[in-house]
Parts: sequence; structure tokens; C-alpha cells
Amino acid sequence: MTTPTSTPTRPPLGPLLRRLTGDEKHAPSAHSTLDVLWVLYDRVLRVSPDTVDAPDRDRFLLSKGHGPAAYYAVLAAKGFIPEDWLDDLAGPESRLGHHPDRLLVPGVEIGTGSLGHGLGLAVGTALGLRAQGLTGPRVYVLLGDAELDEGANHEAIAYAGATGLDPLTAIVVDNQSASHGWPGGIASRFTVNGWTASTVDGRDHHALEDALTTRHPGRPHVVVAVVAPKEH
Amino acid sequence: MRDAFVQTTVDLLENDPRTALVLADISADRFVDAARRHPDRVLNVGIREQLMVGVAGGLALTGMRPIVHSYATFAVDRTYEQLKLDLDHQGVGAIVVTVGASYDGAEMGRTHLSPADVALIDTLTGWTVHVPGHPAEVPALLRAAAQHDGPVYLRLSTQVNDLPRPDAGQLAVVHRGSPVAPVVVAVGPMLHPVLQAVTGLDVTVTYTHTPRPFDVGGLRELLPAPDGAVAPAVVLVEPYLAGTSSAVLSEGLSDVPHRLLALGVGRADLHRYGSPADHARWHGLDPAGLRRSVSAFLG
Repeated sequence: MTTPTSTPTRPPLGPLLRRLTGDEKHAPSAHSTLDVLWVLYDRVLRVSPDTVDAPDRDRFLLSKGHGPAAYYAVLAAKGFIPEDWLDDLAGPESRLGHHPDRLLVPGVEIGTGSLGHGLGLAVGTALGLRAQGLTGPRVYVLLGDAELDEGANHEAIAYAGATGLDPLTAIVVDNQSASHGWPGGIASRFTVNGWTASTVDGRDHHALEDALTTRHPGRPHVVVAVVAPKEH
Repeated sequence: MRDAFVQTTVDLLENDPRTALVLADISADRFVDAARRHPDRVLNVGIREQLMVGVAGGLALTGMRPIVHSYATFAVDRTYEQLKLDLDHQGVGAIVVTVGASYDGAEMGRTHLSPADVALIDTLTGWTVHVPGHPAEVPALLRAAAQHDGPVYLRLSTQVNDLPRPDAGQLAVVHRGSPVAPVVVAVGPMLHPVLQAVTGLDVTVTYTHTPRPFDVGGLRELLPAPDGAVAPAVVLVEPYLAGTSSAVLSEGLSDVPHRLLALGVGRADLHRYGSPADHARWHGLDPAGLRRSVSAFLG
């Protein structure tokens, strides 16, 4: 087992992840969302532990609520939650479960677990900010490639594209885990509906940062972050 | 009722910047002018009901007060998980306003019938449910709902009573029987047929347009004392699935001797069209059917 070398700026999240999972074997790279989450919280999102309730904060919505260990580790590393919360994952008194709950965890914008809910909530969040004249904040929502199977996503993709909802950026972490795949690629599902799209190496921090921060006026944007296929 | 909803919503959009309306094509033609005036707060997402409720959840997360509207079967039955997760689980609310109550859409058949909507809402937490019996009851209910952030279900119908009774958030006595008279509770538009059905019977008739929270305290006060071994009788008449409020009443009266008859729409898919009046008759909710059920129960 080697440590990935393509992520020199990632902090030592391994110890935090091991506190959550008790798993000594897997490298941090086993967590498909880890690099995307780190880049978002380290370089992109304008939100901090002091601004989790600020109306003009950037929003990050984790739609793919499964396997939130990397999310919790990043929130702890950035000071949103105490590190010792990581030691009792899903215990009877724990605030951290196998799916995150926004009413229990500071900085968590939505409670998720059932797939296909985050993108609709993100569309509504972007619309709510716009209706209040808050044009600064961006709304990021992270999905998995298998999660795209859920039809609710396609209602949101079509509507956000048709209305040019440009404060919205979707991130699809693609570890090729959808049972029937996405022939023609994931990005095309968005671009045919009027989105702009970037498909990047989901472990490459510079590429992720560029894709997540490039503005595309008048159109929502999707970043497809490709990582190694899910381990079975 | 639909006209009252449209007019009140247009006024709210005009005067309360927190208000947002989310549509899924249904009734969009009624809000063309409002959409032109408030393009950021009148949002028609197309025929996408899951998104309609998800968008409402997102709007509420930013502090807006969303009003969601469609046929009951699409806004509640179809989107049950969005109501459960995108609103309740996130700790936010919305005002869900529906048309097509129970068999209002009889001619359109089962796909447009929604007798189970209030029962589904009942599985959620903390919802206020309004079932107005007259269009003039609608504006005040909607305006009150717009003033807070909780979850509200406003169920509009084409079935109406003769008169509005706006102050019926609690049980309102419409006809008082003798001190030993059984209590008949009519919810929303069931008051009209109930009053016809009980003509000449010694019963107390009460009415509410707000079955959640149910005015259990008011019912307890109206309940006569037991007459020997005979427990006082309560007849509940609801315009949606029969028995929807039985659990609430049984819990509220758990320490009080009582007998309960719960009337409402039956469970069966009748596979029939016709008119609302036909369905009322088939479900025993017309005056004659109610009279038969009440008389048999009271003996």
C-alpha cells in the first residue's frame, strides 16, 4: 500500500478517517469523495465555522449521503466539528451517523441518505438566494454516478438547465458504480440540457479547483470528477 | 376555493417578499401576471412534482416561505418522500395547497382521486391540516399560514357548505342537541350533508376546518356523561379516507368511555367515473347514506 503522490496539499486526513472507520488498511484514496471535498473546503467554498449561518455563505450540499466518513473528516480538519466526535460514529449519543443530519452537525446544509434529494434542494436554495438578492453565494451539490439513476435528479437537471441557474454547480464523483453505467458519459446528461461541463481527474487538486471555480455566466455547471472504480 | 387561493396568493406575493409560489404546471395559467411581476418568486418547474417539493425545501432553507400547489394526488401521494425528507427531515416547512380533493375529479378516474392525502400527511410530524368547507374560509387560513414557518396542508375542494364558518379552527357547535346527545363531528365540506342527514335526530353537530391539530379538548367538553352502561357516542365524518382521524380521537379520549363511528371515503378503487355526487353516494357520504350509518350506530 502506497500513499498517493498526486495530492501533496492534502493534510493528514488519514488519522481522522481511521478514528471514524477503525480501518487501518485502506489509504485515504479509498474514499472516492475525499479529494473533491478537501479542495472544496480548502480552496473554493466561502464558508467557515464562524459563518455556518451567514446568509451570504456559499452552500455545499452533500447529496450522496452514503459513506460520509471523508465529509466528517474534512469538517473536523477545518474546525466545523470537534475531532473527538469522530470516535463514536453512529453510536447512540453520536451526532455523526452513516448518513449526515443537518440538525445535528454544524456546517452540514442538508440531511441526506436517500439518494436523489440533494440536487432539487440545491436548485431551491439557489432560487431562494436569488429571490433575496443574494447574488454572491454559490451553491455546490455533490452526487455519485450511481445516484444519477434516481429520476428526481433528472427533473432538477432539466429545469436548472432550461432556466440557466448559474449559481449552481453540481459535482458528480464518478467511480463507475452505476449498475447499468452511463453510455456516452455523465457530462452529456447535463450538457444536452444546457449545462456547461468539465470532466476532470477526481484526484487532481489543481484540475478540480480550476473546474470548480471557473464561472459560466447564464448556465449551471457540472464537474464530473472521475476516480478509480469502486472496490468490491 | 381555487379562486380564493389564487387571489390570496397573488396578494401575498405582492405584499410579503418572503412568499414564493412553486408550481408544476397545474394552475400556472392563473399566475401569469404574478409571474411577470415576481419572476424570482413565482416558479413553475414544469411537470416535475418531486422537484417542486425539493425546490420548496431549498427555498425554505434560505428563509423563504414557499407555497406548493398541485392536484392532491401529485403534490402529496406522488411526492411523499420529498415531503418527508426535503421538508420534515431538514427541519423546514412549506404550505402545500391542493385541489382535486378525494373524488372531486371523479370524471378523470382513479389516477386523479386522492382520498389518502390526509392519512399520508398524518404520518409526518407537526403538520397543520386545513380542510375548508367554504371558499370564504380560505383567505384567512392561507394568510395565517404565511406568517410562520411550520408545515401546513391546505386541502381545497369543489364540495362546499352553504355558509362559511371562519372561526372553526376549534370545534364549533353548529347544532346543539340535548345534554345526553351524541356528538357528530363534520370536517370541512361534510357539514352540508351531515346537517341534512341528522334532521330530527337528537345529536350535537360540530364543525371544524382544521382537523390537525384536532381539537380534542373541545370534543371532550361536548361529550355527554355516560348514561348507565352506555358510553357516549361520537360520529366522525371526514371527506377523505374513513378513519383518518380515528387514532387521534382514540388517543385523545383514551381515558373517557366512548364509542366511535368514523365515516369517510372507502379504501376500494371503484374503477368508476361519474360525478362527485355519485362517489359520495357510493361511499355512503350522501345525506341518505350518512343517515343510514348514523342511525344504525346510535340504535
